[in-house]
Amino acid sequence: MATDVQQKSDVTHHYLRAKKKFPNVWCAGCGNGIVMGALIRAIDRLGLDKDGVAVVSGIGCSSRLPVYLDFNTLHTTHGRALAFATGVKFAKPELKVIVITGDGDALAIGGNHFIHACRRNIDITTILINNKIYGMTGGQFSPTTTAGAHATTAPYGNYEKQFDISKLAIAAGASYVARGTVYHVQQLEKLIQGAISKKGFAVVEAVSNCHTYYGRMNREGDAVAMIGWMKDHAMPIQAAVKLPPEKMAGKFVTGLLHETDATEFCEEYRMLVERLAAKEESK
Amino acid sequence: MTNNKQNRARLLQGNEACVQGALYAGLNFFAGYPITPSTEIAEGLSRELPKIGGKFIQMEDEIGSIAAVIGASNAGSKAMTATSGPGFSLMQENIGYAYMTETPCVIVDVQRGGPSTGLPTKISQSDIMQARWGTHGDYTAITLAPSSVKECFEQTVRAFNLSERFRTPVTVLTDEVLGHMREMMIIPEPGELEVRHRIKPDVPADWYKHFELTANFVSPMAAFGEGYRYNVSGLTHDQAGFPTNVAAEIKEKLDKLKLKIERFSDEIVNLRTEMMDDAKIAVISCGTVARAAIQAVKIARENRLKVGAIQPLTLWPFPDAQIRELLANVRKVVVAELNMGQVVHEIRRIVPDHTEVYFLGRYDGEVMPPQQIFEKIKEVK
Amino acid sequence: MTDAESKPQVSETTPEDANKPEGALPPLNIFLHWCKGCNICIAFCPNKVLEPDRDGKPILAHPEKCTQCAICWLHCPDFAITSNYK
Repeated sequence: MATDVQQKSDVTHHYLRAKKKFPNVWCAGCGNGIVMGALIRAIDRLGLDKDGVAVVSGIGCSSRLPVYLDFNTLHTTHGRALAFATGVKFAKPELKVIVITGDGDALAIGGNHFIHACRRNIDITTILINNKIYGMTGGQFSPTTTAGAHATTAPYGNYEKQFDISKLAIAAGASYVARGTVYHVQQLEKLIQGAISKKGFAVVEAVSNCHTYYGRMNREGDAVAMIGWMKDHAMPIQAAVKLPPEKMAGKFVTGLLHETDATEFCEEYRMLVERLAAKEESK
Repeated sequence: MTNNKQNRARLLQGNEACVQGALYAGLNFFAGYPITPSTEIAEGLSRELPKIGGKFIQMEDEIGSIAAVIGASNAGSKAMTATSGPGFSLMQENIGYAYMTETPCVIVDVQRGGPSTGLPTKISQSDIMQARWGTHGDYTAITLAPSSVKECFEQTVRAFNLSERFRTPVTVLTDEVLGHMREMMIIPEPGELEVRHRIKPDVPADWYKHFELTANFVSPMAAFGEGYRYNVSGLTHDQAGFPTNVAAEIKEKLDKLKLKIERFSDEIVNLRTEMMDDAKIAVISCGTVARAAIQAVKIARENRLKVGAIQPLTLWPFPDAQIRELLANVRKVVVAELNMGQVVHEIRRIVPDHTEVYFLGRYDGEVMPPQQIFEKIKEVK
Repeated sequence: MTDAESKPQVSETTPEDANKPEGALPPLNIFLHWCKGCNICIAFCPNKVLEPDRDGKPILAHPEKCTQCAICWLHCPDFAITSNYK
């Protein structure tokens, strides 16, 4: 269960902003808080210096996460967190830059920046909290809302198709793609830890629950029921690869789905600057 | 010309002068996207910045470009983007974010025919109001309008200085002709022109407020990674940067954005005049049109007409007081611009009733020659 | 909450505590004004240590059954549970 370093149960409290009002703004039982805990534990295990961490978010429920954290935090405009984060990282590569975004924020309005950040393979960790709905604005369907599911803008059932986030990220060039859930918190924490350590663009999809809208409109129950569903339907990739397709029916795969070593954007640029400087000296 | 000056003489394109000016001002981060007629700025910086260890990135669109610029500025860079009308429109939401978060950055808008795709290779001055009111909400803009290659250099340096001094985005409005034409200029020596930097905090991290209300309304600004660990949000926020719904804090924030610029507009506003002392008729114009206006005034004077020219180099904040004073005993005003009427609204707003304001607008993609202005002067005299 | 003192020292004690030997701390601390009564900890505790009070907030009903497995505080969206032993 707990990995090597014995992490104290109140470790999260040492990373919260003293001036912020708690409890957090999310609905009771919202998975965002669980993801925030996993992120803090991952950062704590990595022993990162708070001054060297920048957390950037867009707009949406998930994007209210950074304001609670005692890091350099940037709450930007809807869909643009990755573009802002690219500026932060590229300007100051020594910063560990982590983007917190949602399924709507990253894949609808932010889709263009998402695929280009993957393509560039810039050293940024993106935690994409996927609750399959726009929560902040009251329950509209998003690019990951299940077919047939109801939402305030899909009153007759969602007739659109969904993105497969990991396939999209892999195809676009991300070098670390993983999926976790807010039930399997320790796995999620390890995936985030790996993502932050990875030199390149890392995407961790955190399957989360929006019982306030998605659960209510689709009769999937409260937070406990939705998180319980994840517990019963997630299949770690190590096990999934051994199972025949029929055994995987209704299940979704979690864990590290893709990892490769590819040249990283800031590193490529640094080498260019060095080559030019060397050429200049040799003149 | 002294030898020293001679080898600092350059025949530059307006766009290239913006590049040189930005580098002179200490630019170390550029994010942009190709768009006629401003692409030479991105091209120039893609060559120059890596040589000095500065950062150049071509983003996936203009929205990403201004976002990266603001991100970089918060990481401590002097950052800029360059675009034209359509890109400037795409950038507006994030420019508003830069206003709200008081993030220094420079946006060069090389104007072209609009609206929409319009006239990519033709001149216009139809983004003037966009530079003032382009994004939603209340805010106070700073916009500069050079009218020569030399001024493209100087006004870009000035744009950085003003953005650092006031912790705000600054727009430099040029146009297709100014951006592409070449003129000789002397590159100033380092130190010859002032180069300012944002005020850094001198308090311990726990006392630091990223949006502290100071006497001149401009808060010291730390960069990410310097131990201050502050929060920046586009949500209306309190002095510490945390979102607020408290009426008094909301008003305080919006007043701060206004007062920090309006109270010190004398540091920002500057304009040039030509033969205004005894002028009975004044021609008001900016940018490329101002060159023709000065020529027209000379022709008019040769024809014994008491005409003078006023050229705002700072468009926003609009030089109300200075222009009112200059027009005190001027009976007739001709406002000449390459659009269907934008600066003319400001002039009509500020002149006393007895002053007759005549509009000379051209919007067919061509430059306004001096002769056209002179004809108008004769018409109204 | 960067320092321990400013944490609200609210620890839930239960009737059974009356006969507990002096000094034995309850296994968990539950900060009632951070807890939103979302029921996640109660539902997923493998040993049914917690039970909801009238507001749905957890009470240490069977503290002796707590094995310090961490499921509750790892899943608490509001960081409202800490352990006195880990």
